[in-house]
Amino acid sequence: MFRNQYDTDVTTWSPAGRLFQVEYAMEAVKQGSAAIGLRSRAHVVLACVNKANSELSSHQKKIFKVDDHIGLAIAGLTADGRVLSRYMRSECINYSFTYESPLPVGRLVVQLADKAQVCTQRSWKRPYGVGLLVAGLDESGAHLYYNCPSGNYFEYQAFAIGSRSQAAKTYLERRFENFTDSSREDLIKDALIAVRETLQGETLKSSICTIAVVGIGEAFHTLDQETVQQLIDAFEIVAEPEAPAAEPDAAAEQGEGADQGAAADQGVAPMDI
Amino acid sequence: MATTMVKEVGSEPAQLLGPESASERTLYPYVTGTSVVALKYKDGILMAADMGASYGSTLRYKSVERMKSIGKHSLLGASGEISDFQEILHYLDELILYDNMWDDGNSLGPKEVHSYLTRVMYNRRNKFNPLWNSLVLGGVKNGQKYLGMVSMIGVNFEDNHVATGFGNHLARPILRDEWHENLSFEDGVKLLEKCMRVLLYRDRSAVNKLQIAKITEEGVTISQPYALKTFWGFSAFQNPTVGAEGSW
Repeated sequence: MFRNQYDTDVTTWSPAGRLFQVEYAMEAVKQGSAAIGLRSRAHVVLACVNKANSELSSHQKKIFKVDDHIGLAIAGLTADGRVLSRYMRSECINYSFTYESPLPVGRLVVQLADKAQVCTQRSWKRPYGVGLLVAGLDESGAHLYYNCPSGNYFEYQAFAIGSRSQAAKTYLERRFENFTDSSREDLIKDALIAVRETLQGETLKSSICTIAVVGIGEAFHTLDQETVQQLIDAFEIVAEPEAPAAEPDAAAEQGEGADQGAAADQGVAPMDI
Repeated sequence: MATTMVKEVGSEPAQLLGPESASERTLYPYVTGTSVVALKYKDGILMAADMGASYGSTLRYKSVERMKSIGKHSLLGASGEISDFQEILHYLDELILYDNMWDDGNSLGPKEVHSYLTRVMYNRRNKFNPLWNSLVLGGVKNGQKYLGMVSMIGVNFEDNHVATGFGNHLARPILRDEWHENLSFEDGVKLLEKCMRVLLYRDRSAVNKLQIAKITEEGVTISQPYALKTFWGFSAFQNPTVGAEGSW
């Protein structure tokens, strides 16, 4: 996209019927690190790539729990994402207090979209620069939605946002037809493979990847690093890009050996000065 | 410059009128309905209420429906001030309307409506302006039966059988003795009629014209009004003063 005379204000239409500021906000989403979501009939898995600015700093938090039955992953301006997740938590808890019942995710997502739309129609505001993958449950089962800075929202079987998300989307497009009936474990495995796709050859390890799960009978929670690493090893995802289903232990050990060899020149080294 | 005598527009009490302020808080009820009794049975909830509304000690109105269906899944019965009951129905109308307008396959069930009513009643109580009712909320959603009560001060609970007003004292003991899981429809109705008959004999604000409402997964049915048979031919009622000296 190039600069033009219609892109200064969010309230200025271009002659072609575009709102450039809104489109620029969606660019901000594409610059953020990848976030991926997939769902089956009873579970939704969110996965994201967590890059720290430097080895000294901690990772950006990209996955937020909104309620026991709703969580989200963000890509883009994390500060905007934090503010929106605070709004969502507030809505959920107010609904729970009044009705003693969980807020259906479909309704929360519409409220969120309406909030984003307001920022596209006020001259003194700017659109939120964050895309949200909202995972949640309601009466009709498990759902995954994508909320856009434009105020649109869509429901997905599987989706990926952020930088290099196209690689993940290509993988998901090949596999999504099986997701509805997937088991929880298979769903997580597919999420990990999709994350690996966005890494373009970099080794997948639990320190750069966060996984969260929500399901019928399972509250939204983030898996801890150890569990994620075990899953990565078990699925032997590190070894080959086209790795099929989980192998028996012998092959897993081989995979680990190869990983250690490849990792010899990565990670920290003892200081020698 | 506005004077302090001007009443503010809006819902503020007329405090600014000075010594003769009008009070806009509910102090006592005027037109009241008496007991509501309800129980869970095999397929859902059965609820009974008579059709009387008293004006103090006068049995003024005799065709008042004190039970109404709410949305697809709930049934509300009320005792106490009838105008406050109508106000509550108005709030619930709006609630259900907005719920339907989402048009998304989700709907408010009896538990949610009960919780909402509890919030409304408690909030009004905190402002010292209560809705003078005891509400019974029953319903079935996705096979789950639900029966609960909210009082005018916001006390709420769920149970297998509930009763308001005089029913608390007269119907509850009967229900405690004779209620059991998986009552059939006929047995449930018989049990409710037994409670209503006792109330008819002993509660002076009861009238002999009642309705029984049933709610199941399929929906709500409220019966046509009917009367209970009563018996007054006890020998003690013949020549009632025969044993008492000095009476006529």
